[in-house]
Amino acid sequence: MQLSEEQLVAALRAGDEDAFRTVVREWHPSLLRVAQIFVPTRALAEDVVGETWLRVLGALDRFEGRSSLRTWVFRILVNTAKTRAQREGRTIPFSALQDAARVPEAAVEPERFLPGDDLAHPGGWIAPPRALPEERLVASETRDVIARAIFALPANQRAVISLRDVEGWSSEEVRNALDISEVNQRVLLHRARSRVRRALEDYLVPETA
Amino acid sequence: MIDVEGLSCQELVELVTDYLEGALDERDRQAFEHHLAGCDGCTEYVEQLRVTIELAGAIRLDDLSETAEERLLQAFRDWHRTS
Repeated sequence: MQLSEEQLVAALRAGDEDAFRTVVREWHPSLLRVAQIFVPTRALAEDVVGETWLRVLGALDRFEGRSSLRTWVFRILVNTAKTRAQREGRTIPFSALQDAARVPEAAVEPERFLPGDDLAHPGGWIAPPRALPEERLVASETRDVIARAIFALPANQRAVISLRDVEGWSSEEVRNALDISEVNQRVLLHRARSRVRRALEDYLVPETA
Repeated sequence: MIDVEGLSCQELVELVTDYLEGALDERDRQAFEHHLAGCDGCTEYVEQLRVTIELAGAIRLDDLSETAEERLLQAFRDWHRTS
């Protein structure tokens, strides 16, 4: 049964273990992905998630519902992860989240387009994408390719595409949870999707590029 | 700024997310759709991106391990007892 936000907060405050278990399970993959933006290993990220829940419990009585519970928990996670990263003597790759647009990254290899000095079709396709074989889209192997491509992304792109496209969050919630601008959120999402699309094309129609 | 007639394929592929997110202004959106209407390569590209998004929605991310879950539940019980 899906609890409303208020019911969930009340259940947690009342010590309802099932309610706690449900949110811990449901949010765990996303929490882990976001933690991995800041700390270098999976083990450390697991640690950060654990510490986050302890902090959440410690502060739950003071939660005022000004944001959603989920956003609030992710804000605590981001702070916990940053603190941990500092303690580990790691420079926080925060600029990676804030200034995503600064370093350009092409969605498609420039070699697949005609150069700008081609008078007829500057920037037109040389090697246009071909139709994907529909019967293979539903295969579990194809899903594995997507999962591996997402896994291989830089941590900030991986976190954003996981929250948006895998978990189905809205752009506003991702922005609030990660405390990033709309533009940066979109740049990270764009790069992530572009790279994953490329992996899908490489797998399904390798002769294209 | 994009010229309605001058939007190239190479430029279009960089605007797909803005387009799908509804973040293009009216002029750019029209240029985008005008280009798509006459370009099979870009139409297929946008289709592939839609498929990518759809497939991403079908994967499962890593689950919580049982020991980690048990640890958190124990912390929850302790917290409730003492709060």
